Amino acid sequence: MKLYCLSGHPTLPCNVLKFKSTTIMLDCGLDMTSTLNFLPLPLVQSPRLSKLPGWVLKDGSTFLDKELKECSGHVFVDSVPEFCLPETELLDLSTVDVILISNYHCMMALPYITEYTGFTGTVYATEPTVQIGRLLMEELVNSIERVPKAQSASMWKNKEVQRLLPAPLKDAVEVSMWRKCYTMPEVNAALSKIQLVGYSQKIELFGAVQVTPLSSGYALGSSNWIIQSHYEKVSYVSGSSLLTTHPQPMDQASLKNSDVLILTGLTQIPTANPDGMVGEFCSNLAMTVRNGGNVLVPCYPSGVIYDLLECLYQYIDSAGLSNVPFYFISPVANSSLEFSQIFAEWLCHNKQTKVYLPEPPFPHAELIQTNKLKHYPSIHGDFSNDFKQPCVVFTGHPSLRFGDVVHFMELWGKSSLNTVIFTEPDFSYLDALAPYQPLAMKCVYCPIDTRLNFIQVSKLLKEVQPLHVVCPEQYTQPPPTQSHRTDLMIDCQPPPMSYRRAEVLTLPYKRRYEKIEIMPELADSLVPLEIKPGISLATVSAVLHTKDNKHVLQLPPKPPQPPTSKKRKRVSDDVPECKPLKPLLSGSIPVDQFVQTLEKHGFSDVKVEDTAKGHIVLLQEAETLIQIEEDSTHIICDNDEPLRVKLRDLVLKFLQKF
Amino acid sequence: MSLRESWFIARARHRFAMTPECALLLPGVCAALADPRQPCSDDTCLEKLLDWFRVLTRFDPTVNLVQDNPCLTELITSVLALPEPSPSILSFTLRLAGILAASETRFQHLQQEQLLLRLFGRDGPLNSALWEDASVRSGWVAGVHSMVHHQPALRFLCNGGGIDVIFTLQGDPSLFVASAASQLLVHVLTFSVESETTKPLSTTDCDWPACAQMIIKHIEDSLQSSSASHIEQSLKLLTGLFDSCRAMWTKVLWLCIAKQIKSFLTEETVQAQHMLANLLLKMAWSPVFSDTEGSFWALVTSALEHLTPVQAGPLAVGVLRLYKCPQDVRMQALTVLLQPMDCILRAASQPLEYAGLLDESVSDPTTVESLLSSKSSCASLLCQTLAHLEQLLSLIHLHVDLPYASLLRSLMAILQFCNGFLSPASPLGSTISRILINCLRVQKSALDVLAALSERKGCDALIGSLFDVLLAYLESPNTSPTVLKKAFQATSKWLVRLQGPSCSNSQRQQTEKILEDVFLVLQKRLCSPSWEVRDSSLEFLTVLIKYLRDQDEFRQSLLSSEVPRLTENLLEDPESYVRASAVTAVGHLAFITYFAPESPVVGSQYNKENTVAKLQEILSTDSEGFPRRAVINIFTKWLRQGCTGQLEDTEQFVSRVIQIVEHDLDWEVRLGGLELVEVFCSKTICQLGHPTCPYAPVLSTVTSSIHQNESLQIFCRAKLFGFLFRSLCDCDKPLGQRACDILLCLKSNFYPFGTVEDSQGIEDSPPGPSIAWLQRTLRQGSLAQNFPTEGGNGVDFQDPESMMLALGTVGLEDLHDELNRCSDHVEKSPQSLLRDILATVGTVEENEADCY
Repeated sequence: MKLYCLSGHPTLPCNVLKFKSTTIMLDCGLDMTSTLNFLPLPLVQSPRLSKLPGWVLKDGSTFLDKELKECSGHVFVDSVPEFCLPETELLDLSTVDVILISNYHCMMALPYITEYTGFTGTVYATEPTVQIGRLLMEELVNSIERVPKAQSASMWKNKEVQRLLPAPLKDAVEVSMWRKCYTMPEVNAALSKIQLVGYSQKIELFGAVQVTPLSSGYALGSSNWIIQSHYEKVSYVSGSSLLTTHPQPMDQASLKNSDVLILTGLTQIPTANPDGMVGEFCSNLAMTVRNGGNVLVPCYPSGVIYDLLECLYQYIDSAGLSNVPFYFISPVANSSLEFSQIFAEWLCHNKQTKVYLPEPPFPHAELIQTNKLKHYPSIHGDFSNDFKQPCVVFTGHPSLRFGDVVHFMELWGKSSLNTVIFTEPDFSYLDALAPYQPLAMKCVYCPIDTRLNFIQVSKLLKEVQPLHVVCPEQYTQPPPTQSHRTDLMIDCQPPPMSYRRAEVLTLPYKRRYEKIEIMPELADSLVPLEIKPGISLATVSAVLHTKDNKHVLQLPPKPPQPPTSKKRKRVSDDVPECKPLKPLLSGSIPVDQFVQTLEKHGFSDVKVEDTAKGHIVLLQEAETLIQIEEDSTHIICDNDEPLRVKLRDLVLKFLQKF
Repeated sequence: MSLRESWFIARARHRFAMTPECALLLPGVCAALADPRQPCSDDTCLEKLLDWFRVLTRFDPTVNLVQDNPCLTELITSVLALPEPSPSILSFTLRLAGILAASETRFQHLQQEQLLLRLFGRDGPLNSALWEDASVRSGWVAGVHSMVHHQPALRFLCNGGGIDVIFTLQGDPSLFVASAASQLLVHVLTFSVESETTKPLSTTDCDWPACAQMIIKHIEDSLQSSSASHIEQSLKLLTGLFDSCRAMWTKVLWLCIAKQIKSFLTEETVQAQHMLANLLLKMAWSPVFSDTEGSFWALVTSALEHLTPVQAGPLAVGVLRLYKCPQDVRMQALTVLLQPMDCILRAASQPLEYAGLLDESVSDPTTVESLLSSKSSCASLLCQTLAHLEQLLSLIHLHVDLPYASLLRSLMAILQFCNGFLSPASPLGSTISRILINCLRVQKSALDVLAALSERKGCDALIGSLFDVLLAYLESPNTSPTVLKKAFQATSKWLVRLQGPSCSNSQRQQTEKILEDVFLVLQKRLCSPSWEVRDSSLEFLTVLIKYLRDQDEFRQSLLSSEVPRLTENLLEDPESYVRASAVTAVGHLAFITYFAPESPVVGSQYNKENTVAKLQEILSTDSEGFPRRAVINIFTKWLRQGCTGQLEDTEQFVSRVIQIVEHDLDWEVRLGGLELVEVFCSKTICQLGHPTCPYAPVLSTVTSSIHQNESLQIFCRAKLFGFLFRSLCDCDKPLGQRACDILLCLKSNFYPFGTVEDSQGIEDSPPGPSIAWLQRTLRQGSLAQNFPTEGGNGVDFQDPESMMLALGTVGLEDLHDELNRCSDHVEKSPQSLLRDILATVGTVEENEADCY
């Protein structure tokens, strides 16, 4: 059992598990932090960005000044943003049989895998995962494609050149592998390879293993996966949550008794408690608006935004914010808000029951009805007519490099009355803000990450007790910025096995058994013989038939009939020739009685010698040796076949046959 | 007995004697109780009955009660004759018999009837199946306890083998019975020694009376036994004894057992240590052992050394609270309390960075270190230590000097361990940090101690870092609302301390910076979605204003922040508690904004008039009681501090407020209204210079009557009297009482001492139909009815003359007495109780008394 680790990002995993002749890719996350090295893509021509000076090397060389721009001491690539793909060289990805997706954030690299590697397998995911994943991809493609860049920078990627660049560009990994965003046709092609699954549905993979998605409690349709054969069980836990937010609660019980538990997607901000952060979000939002400022919330179009809108729904009246407009701007805003309301079976119990009442599960429907929340596909069009300040704007992308958020950063960045509140934990907010510096607007960091924290993990592991835990190396040590927080790491016995990008782990589990079925007719023919009380044995003579990783014992073919015609049947070619069966022997030979028997049959000069393993019976006259040991008996005589047969029959009298 | 004493007893006996009405009802009650077919009366009634008998017998040792009421002995006889009495009736009977037998004469009477032996002796319930019931055993113990107050009873108990029964009951499975048995033994021992010894006992001549001898022998035997439960029982008994008896003979007893007890400290095999701390503490409080020469203190020192920190903690804090205690014992006790704090400090800081709290040579930290590194004991040890330190710091006179600065450092380390802000410098520190992160209990306890420490001197150098810690708590979104509240309390205490008079320039700058940070975080907290947080933020603000409103830096920082505006916004909060706190905060804020001489209000949506109008609107329209109560309290506060004078005409203000509150459905709001009226009255009278006001200049009688007249007119114009007289009949009694007090006060103002008698003429002349109606109504109204609608019978409450007349003629003094009488004085009487019992068994057809 081997695990190929293709991604170094613990919350955007991409691993390949080789297990019982199947090759299973677990998630396909796309690390977008690479985009932070690029200049933002403004929707409207930004004089500030276009006037940024080109970067000049220490020696005064200016050959990179078209590609790299400098802003407040940081250097950015002036090109279309590129993404860091999962490792593609570690194994031949065309051999991947299936891809299991655990949630919509972990499928963003899917088109790169399915469309570029010769992948011919199937992708499994739940319906909300596919639908919302499609929205995220659509938004991504749309945000990048609508701001075409004339130039594409590549010179800086040259290894020799990269060495000369300032950090973090200098240290960026595998820049040659960075790729531009995929296109909508590629997205559609990738998504067409997905097969929808429901929680607890058992899917057979080539008869060798069975995979089952379980609710993970993190997002709509998010799943953990069980991969099991008859005697082995591997659990893949990715992006799970025990908090009571909108999705169905996490199914923990089914993870019990795993031989190996692969644990990824824990909270990225273990010190921030989501409840406290939501409070912080609301307080800062209210404070800004009361002071006449605008609030910008860079976010994904799905996920935490539903919970935030729900909190605001309860909070705005109490905070006297009823008259402040809330805008949600995304090419997929409308679909996201509507989709969330129709996935009833994937919601928490509380929300599920609302489906049977004349009210929608999420209260954002009411916010929309009462005109408190308005959504637009982009800042162009209707939005510009309706736009009123002070207001609160939710829009993407959280990296602040593309999407409508770039426009609002440019628009509101100069006033200290405004606030940008970061709620998505995927990007460092300081890095995200770097190309906007100097910035007058207030910045508040309230990352809301509902995924498991280390206390919850330790409880979970105690509860489900896996034999081995495998996790990214980041989870086996305290966070680098808080090296004293030894509580912020996985603590279990035996210690977890850790992996890093481009590593291959041999999982410490040896397969020992395989299940074989016996056909009923064959079972019928068996005659068990009790050899010890409670233990019966029967010999089985059968043909082992193996197909689709299933093993079946079938009746042996009857002894070949004399051919009725001269034509030989083709079928009989495949059947091994069957010899008459010899019985199996058991028991031991009592030497004294054996000697007596020999004497009765006329052997007078019998001598017995004891050896380390048994006895040697010597028939001097016949110059014959009978060597009796615990598990073998040999009769050694010179070319006297009748004598050997006679002696053999005497030996057999003492043994049981079956 | 002195003449006065005998008079007192005679009076008490008369007062608490059985009334003829009760004597008539009693036989029926006794018969009902003894009747097994009747449903058993509830336990409360039986308890009340026993209370009544206790009162009846307390001042009357004679045999009359049992002789005059033979039904009592009949009750006992018949219960004893029942084949299967109910356990509760049997228990009641045992306790009743004990109460009756508490006097020697009645004891003899019951003895003659052969009742006591059948109740408390070997042949009684003791050997029946009913003994299995804990209530019967408890009744037996209680009965014996009541009975043993004279020699014959003591002999009866000792000779009849009763003492052995009590010894057994010490280990009773019912904790109540076991504890009562232990207390009974203490009582019997004390009574035996004090009533039977003729000469003082000493160690050399120690001739214990027989009964005491039995108990002491039992104690000694148990202490020497190998049974942990026997040792525990004896230690409990001794603890009870030393707690309740401070006679010299206890020391003699102690000397007999001291050696054995000492051995418990060192012997690992006996698990009695946990009891020792309490025993020694009780002894330490007894003057018998306070002699510093004795070996007792050596034992205490040894206990402080040998007991585990958790066991020794309560002893240590108890010792430190003692006035008389050798200094070295105090130091040892202090070491016990400070050791965990010392350990924390050492674990948190680099070696040699700070001197610890303790000298390493006097303390061995290994035990404490191991307790602090264990997940199961760390938080509880720290919480206990912190609670003890808080107790110590709350004492005004502390007989030892605590190292306040190091203590503060240690507290800060704990708080930083808890929020994960401290990188520990040692492996122990890492372990503790891991255990303490997010531990709310420890955070709360540490913040309590921090608040208490603010009143002690010697921490000035640490103020900056202290506020860093506090602000981190106030700012962090991870701080739970309960911890936040404590953090606010500690912050306010330290802020008040910061503003001391002796401030240098640099200190002032530091203070300004701190205040700025505090208001910044307060601003955010006032917008919190959690109402608890908004509420505690407002309370915090109110406390700050209360204590710091005279400080310039404070006023400036507050007014230049957004806090005042946000606070006013919260007057419209959806949560009523928050609205109430906002009202209080805005009310206090007004002292700085509108009522301050310079009144520098900037950027507020409310001006002075708007704020008053807003508060009046809350008072008249808010659907919840809390905000309305807060408004009336603030108005009263304003009036008391003389702020309303600047508002507008105070008279009109009060008048308007009264009209709003008098119909309020919440009685506390109406009561608040009366309080406002009271303050207004005394202010007006005072301002107009009535001689009764101690600060007013003495005026001649003529001017005085003019002023009286003027104030009366003001009160009438302000419509006070209607409200006051109506409140006399309010269905909520505290209002009637308060209104009556105010009216009496006004009466004494308008009719100074003796003038009512002089003005008999007023009373002689017919009071007129309206006043007569008022008198009549009040007489009825004070009992039950509500006051009829205003002016229904022509009483003009705004007419000064009528009101003057009303004050003179209405019997306010009688009303006062009646209102102050307990409303259930009828229902509480013994007759009512007896009738009630009879009613429940259905023997009385008419049940006239209402029992609630």
